[in-house]
Parts: sequence; structure tokens; C-alpha cells
Amino acid sequence: MTVSNRAADSSSSAPFQFPYIPNTPDEQAAMLATLGVASIDELFQDIPEEFRNPPLDLPQPMSELEVQKELDGLASRNRALASGPSFLGAGCYNHFIPAIVKALMTRGEFLTAYTPYQAEASQGTLQVIYEFQTLISHLYGMEVANAGMYDGATSLAEGVLMACRVTRRSRVAVADTLSPFYRQVIGTYCQAQGIEIQSVSPSPSPALDGETACLVVQYPNFYGYIEDLAGLTEAAHAQGALIVVSADPMAMGMFQPPGHYGADIVTGEGQPLGIPPSYGGPYVGLFSTKQEYIRQMPSRLSGRTLDNQGRTGYVLTLQTREQHIRRERATSNICTNEALYALAATIYLAALGKQGLQSVAELCYQKAHYAAARIAQLPGYTLPIQGTFFQEFVVQCPVPPNSINRRLLEQNILGGLDLNEAYSNVPPSEGGTTGGSPSQPAGDFTNAMLLCVTEMNSRQEIDALVEALSEFSR
Amino acid sequence: MTGGGNRDTTKLLMERSVPGRVGAVLPQPDVPAQPLPDPSLLRTALDLPEVSEPEIVQYFTALSQRNFSIDTHFYPLGSCTMKYNPKINDEVSFLPGLAGIHPLQPPESAQGALELLYRLQGFLAEITGLPGVGLSTLAGAHGELAGMLMMRAYHLARGDTNRRQVLIPDSAHGTNPASAAMAGFDVVTVASDDQGNVDLKALHELVGPNLAGVMITLPSTLGLFDTGIVEVCQTVHQAGGLVYGDGANMNALLGRVKLGPLGFDVVHLNLHKTFSTPHGGGGPGAGPVCVTDSLIPHLPAPVVTQSSGDGAPVYGLAAPERTIGKLSGFHGNFGVLVRAFTYILTLGGEGLRAISGNAVLNANYLMDALKDTYYLPYDRRCMHEAVFSADWQKARGASGLEIVKRLLDYGFHAPTLYFPLIVHEALMIEPTESETRETLDAFIQALRDIDREVTENPELVRGAPHTTPVSRLDEATAARQPDLRWRAAG
Repeated sequence: MTVSNRAADSSSSAPFQFPYIPNTPDEQAAMLATLGVASIDELFQDIPEEFRNPPLDLPQPMSELEVQKELDGLASRNRALASGPSFLGAGCYNHFIPAIVKALMTRGEFLTAYTPYQAEASQGTLQVIYEFQTLISHLYGMEVANAGMYDGATSLAEGVLMACRVTRRSRVAVADTLSPFYRQVIGTYCQAQGIEIQSVSPSPSPALDGETACLVVQYPNFYGYIEDLAGLTEAAHAQGALIVVSADPMAMGMFQPPGHYGADIVTGEGQPLGIPPSYGGPYVGLFSTKQEYIRQMPSRLSGRTLDNQGRTGYVLTLQTREQHIRRERATSNICTNEALYALAATIYLAALGKQGLQSVAELCYQKAHYAAARIAQLPGYTLPIQGTFFQEFVVQCPVPPNSINRRLLEQNILGGLDLNEAYSNVPPSEGGTTGGSPSQPAGDFTNAMLLCVTEMNSRQEIDALVEALSEFSR
Repeated sequence: MTGGGNRDTTKLLMERSVPGRVGAVLPQPDVPAQPLPDPSLLRTALDLPEVSEPEIVQYFTALSQRNFSIDTHFYPLGSCTMKYNPKINDEVSFLPGLAGIHPLQPPESAQGALELLYRLQGFLAEITGLPGVGLSTLAGAHGELAGMLMMRAYHLARGDTNRRQVLIPDSAHGTNPASAAMAGFDVVTVASDDQGNVDLKALHELVGPNLAGVMITLPSTLGLFDTGIVEVCQTVHQAGGLVYGDGANMNALLGRVKLGPLGFDVVHLNLHKTFSTPHGGGGPGAGPVCVTDSLIPHLPAPVVTQSSGDGAPVYGLAAPERTIGKLSGFHGNFGVLVRAFTYILTLGGEGLRAISGNAVLNANYLMDALKDTYYLPYDRRCMHEAVFSADWQKARGASGLEIVKRLLDYGFHAPTLYFPLIVHEALMIEPTESETRETLDAFIQALRDIDREVTENPELVRGAPHTTPVSRLDEATAARQPDLRWRAAG
């Protein structure tokens, strides 16, 4: 229905009022009078007349009550994670979120502030970012971290671009155990940069040479397994290449951080740190590196300094790297990032702290290994990958995983990721100089499912999953 | 003013840490103990703070009180559209059926989310007059990157491999040239004329066979509607180029004009500006891209599709046939998209027109009231924001920087300063539609008072701010000797 039809269709004669617009018709008239203008429409006369005031086919306005009901209705047609067991991960994880995260991050003073360009009026946000930089660098065992990127995938892609700037090389070796989604985002970011992307197998040792800018690995890898970061870092450095790691921050509660092995750039998806799955976003990308590379970093940095009375304060710093100063020569085009979710992650890490993060990581590990051991005992199911895994693992199933998943969903269990579908749904990249689409690693699995078990899954839920899977045993 | 003791913000988290304190307790394991991995793989030291829950709440609450925000202060930051962020939008985004859904769960278990996204695609197509919409880009600059990669893909798909040049007006946001560079283009700056429009003569001289396109912000960052825009688009199209529209200033145009019919080929919208989703101290945003028919095959993946079987419509995710690829891990900043969808539902078409009308009215009211006190370099009808210069005050001894810092003392956030670059001592003021006339009048009075202070008490202005938690900070040392994280003493 177009706007102009509304009055005719309305049973009420009162004009609709908009709660977000304070100006009443009388106030508008008074303000227009000060301008010597008869109507609001007259203010738009710079728009060529034939294009002005086009028909606008949008719904009629709604009251908050009606909007609430409409959204409740849409939400009710989604299967919420809280409604039953879930074993889906693959880059987005179902973890417990303490109540204080939402309570604090939705304070209007945080929620409705802009990017802290006016430092004196933004000390809260700037100090939070500084805290975030501290905790993320500790988590990854790295020297410095930035204020955050959009998400884990884009953070990794920016890490790859940075490695090419640092090394002045343009060939990128990507481990074939990297998430196919991340692999694709790297392809998109690199397609216009003359960067060549090669798929390499991380074990026993990746094929690198003196032209390689960086080796890109995920830790734990897409299948949930711990890569040999010591060996891979050595292999990259032996060729003068950097190693860029995408690491699950939750696994850092249990496993040695990439910084321990000498990684050069460590990125990650911040979602596990107190951020709801929310159908894919908003999240926050984590990004850390060595001190020597800070002037090549993308995105914002908060720095500690003093005011003119000697008091400690915080400012956005090293801004000459950024687009609003450097324009086409900036390290990245990133401007708005995900500050609110950097805040969420900071509150989460403060709440969990040293003990809590270790506890969550160990719970995930214990429950995942319990589940894997039980599933491996089912006839027809095997674990095709040898090695140490954290909270995710690959199961080879007796029948295609999508048929298992359909049956599980009937029992209100959200199953794992069907790896065949995950790889087949990846569209080819357009116009890039890249080495085509990601492919499943050698020795590819048939009927493989990627399962994830976290602290959210009770033993009862895991047993129910095993029971349901046993229906397909043969 | 914040409290003392633990409610003071001086100490950082690591400095508050006391061994043995916990802020959250997890359940005990309910499965039999599993064998641990090789000890060499296990973490030996985890340097995270140990603080209790009340301390965390006190500390972060105290920190929040050291911010200006829309809810606490008028925030007339030009080009950022700091309008009221409706609370209902946040509330619905936290519904378990929206915040608690996994991006990879089967589409049949997420039909409500997909329907929401599909309808939002339709709303944005209607608002811009551009039929193809991709929602997966995560901020304005991310939308710009998508748009410029689509421009590149469009030319390459036609075998047009030499179109490497992108024209960008000198008034543009810095993200425009940075995004064009990331998409592999060479950036050429095009001048503005004395009315603040794109200089058509300069444009005609610059277009040629190497032209990939232009990036135009409408209204411009001067807050002006470019009256030559139709000729700009025609000139670029005749040369074989495409027109990119930076939709940062769309708040001025809602329901007043559609960019597609004007000649734009691809436009990004900033949902965190025009469509009221909160900035969160610097994100999250969402930067959907809207395109003409000929660019639809190149949209970033995924887009939301609708198919009508026998019964109700079925929604799904798909990759366009010649997509530039994925630009984010999943499908976009869904929580932000939910808020923008809710905003559009609340306002409807009629409300969106009222938004642009009142935003432009408020900006003109401010401009008219202040133009005798502050120099107005382009004295013509403005759209959603007005760009002044502090040149008159500078001549009397106070810079634009000092004036906006003094505004903080009056309880108003600063306007955008020293941007656009083509205006000397620029002060860019965007009031938005959600402020009352009383607030606008108080702000006008404050700027007039400060102007008087520049003459009568210049030291007061030059030393500002005086009332904020900290005064002017030493940015030079911060950049020379970067201190980017806490370190243990000694």
C-alpha cells in the first residue's frame, strides 16, 4: 500500500503520531515561520521536481504493541537454541552468558555513544577498549591487540592483507583445514589485490617457498583438532613468511596460545566470549600481533596518556594508519567496527576470569570427549581424524548426515554440520586471481558430520544424541 | 561524578585482581573424567583478572558514566546521524527466537528470521528504488567494499579490463577512497564547485575510457543536495562508468527521492545511522548494499530468497550466480538488521517521510539561527546537517577545536570537526529529527555564548574542556610512545 492511500483506508480520522519525533504540527509551523518557508516540502526544492516525492510502497505505521506482536510471531517461527539440545558449532558456539554482560552493555551510556573521537567525552568507551586490548593480548599470548574487527572471518582476511604488506609478498598459503567460510572471505578480500591463494596441507609439513607471504591456519582447526603450531610456525619462518592464526578464544582457556609458539598475527571470532549466536552477528573480530608491526595494523587502537593536569586518560591513537587521515593509502577501510561487542567480551572475560575460562574450556573438552567416545562405540560410526581435539570433532556416519539431522530435528535435537553440504554450498569466487574455491582436504570424508559439544550440553542431552544416532547404526 | 573505592575508575581490571575472587561459577562436570591431552599442549599461564561480580558491575557502571551518549547528551555529530535509538528495537533483538538462533541451523528451522530478512530486503529496495539488496555487509565501509568489488566484477564480466579509475569528490568520507583502493582501483579526486556541488566541468574533463565509476555521497558531506546530480550520473554512464552512492546521509532523503531513478547503480545504507540502530561506542553497524538489475548477479553471498510452493512461501539462502563472494563469516549483522526492520515497521512509509522532513527542518532551523554568529561557507538551503566554519572565531583567537571542546562544558557533545576537508575550520552539525526545539534552542544559545566568550574570556575557551572527567589529552606522546595495554609493574 502506498503512503497516499493510507488516509482513505484508515478508519480513524486522527493523524498518526510518531513517538520518535517530538516536533508537533504547531512547533513545525513556528520553526518554518522563522525560515520564511510555508511547508516542510518546500525545504526539499533542490531535488529535481520529476524525482521528488515518489510513491513509497511500505506498510502503514504500527504502534509498539503491534510491532511487538509482529516480532514475537517471527521469532516464534525459529527454533531457538534454548528450546532443546544443540550440537552445532563450526564457527558459532553456544556458551553460557552471565547476566551482567547484557545488563552492563545495554546501559545507554555505552549503547548510544558514537566512536570515541572526542576523547574527553568518551573516557568510558576508550578505557573499555584499552581493557579489551589488554585481555585479548593476554588470551592469545601476543604483545598487542586492536580495538576489534567486524567478525572472525574478516579479521583473518585483514590479517592476510597485513601479512602481505609486512612481507611485501603476494602469495598466501592457506591450510586446507581452515573453515571453508573463512577461506571464502579471504578470497573475496584478496580478489582485487593481485594476491595468489594456495591451498596447502598443514601436515606433515606445508609446501611453502620464498615467495610465500604467510601461512594461514586455524587453531583448533575447522574440524576441531589442534594443529602443530610449533612446527608450522617454524616452517613459515624458515621461508621468511609470517604465520597468521585464527584461534578460538575459548580454547585458550586450556591450550597453549599461538603467541607461545611465536605466531606473528593472531585473529579470532569473539562470539564465544559472551555474545549470543544471533543468526550470525553482530560479533567482534579479535586481532593481535607483535609490537613491531603495530603501524601496519588495521582498525582502531586506544592508547593511554596523560591530560594537561597530569591525570591518566585514553585516546584513539596511531590514527595516521586509518582511512579518515590516510584515505586511499590507509591500512584498511574499516571505520565503524564492533565496539559494543568488544565491551561484551571484556565484561565476559572479567566475569569468567582466570578460573572461569579454564572451567568452561575444560567442561567443553570433557563433554565433547565423552560424546565422541560414546558415538565411536556405535556400529557404523567412526572418528576419521587422529589427534587432539577441543570441543568439536568429525564423525563419519553410516548414512548422509542431512538425513540424520532431519530425524534429530524431529526429536528437537539440533545436529552437527553436514560437511558435504558445507563444502558444496560454497559458491565460486568471481574474477579473482585466487586458486578457486576451497576444497575438502585430501582423504575427504563421506557422510561426515562436524559435531560440537559445549558446557551447555548436559550428560542427559549427550546421551539423547547418542541414542538418536544409534537408530542409524548398521 | 563516580564513586570512590572500587567504584573509582582509576584501577584497571588487572590491577583490581585478587587471587581467589570469581565473577562467575560454572556447573561441576556431569560426565566421567576423560583422558587429558599431551601436557605439552596445555596452557601453563593464563593472565586474566580475578574479580567478583559486584566489583565488575561497579567498575563498568562507573566507566559508562564517563561517556557522553545520545541518552545523556545532545550529540550533534555531523554525518553520524545520532538520533534516538528506540528501546523496543533492542528488546526484540534479544528475543530467544532471534538472538538464540544458530546461523547454520537448517533454513526450515529459521523461517521467521529468513522472512524478516526477506521483507527487509524489500523495504530497502523500495526506499532506494534499487531492486537488488544484499544484507550481509557489516558496516558502511564494508558495504562500500562490496559495492566497489561489484563495480569491478561488472566491468570484468563485460571484458572491460581497463576501467581502473574511480572519481571521488574532495568532500568525500575517507572510507570512500580507502574502499576503492581495497577493490583495486586508482583514485582520482574531483573538485567541488563554489555551490558545493560536483564541479561538472572538472567531471567532464576527467571521464574517459578508463573510468570505472564515481563514488558520490548524497546529500554531500556539506549537507547539500547536489543540484547537478542527474547530469553527474548521465555523464558517468555515457562514459561507460557506474555510479556508487554512499548512503551515509540517507536520513535527509527518506521518502523524498529514490536514488535508483536518479541514476545510482549501487548504494550502501548505514542502518546504524538512518535506521536508528545504536552505535555502541563504535559499532556494530550494518551496511546493506542496494543495486540495479544488472548488478544483482554480483551481490555478496548470501542473499535471502523466497519461493512459493503450494502453500506458504518458503525462505532460503542462496549465492547469486556471479557473486563477488562472501564478505562475512555468516549472513550479516542479524541483530542490527532486526532493529532496523523494527524501526521501519514502526514508522511505515509515512513515518519515514516525517523523519526526513523533521531532520531537515531541525537542521535548517539551527543553520538559520547560527549563521550570523558563525561563518556559513555555503549559504543555501541545507538538508540534514549544516556545515559552518569557525574562521571568524579563529581570527579572534579560538580555533574550531577549542570551540567544540568548550561545548562539552555546556553539556553538549561536539559537532564533527575539521570535516569535510574542503571547509576551513569546519564544524558539521547534524541535529536529527529526534531532538526537541527546546534542546535546539539551548544549543544555539550555547554556541552564541561561546562566541561571546571568545572575545570576552578567550582563555576560558582555549583551555576547555573544564568539566569533563579529563581535560585535553596528550595525543602526541600517545602516538610517539604507544601504550596500548596494561603491563605488570617492573
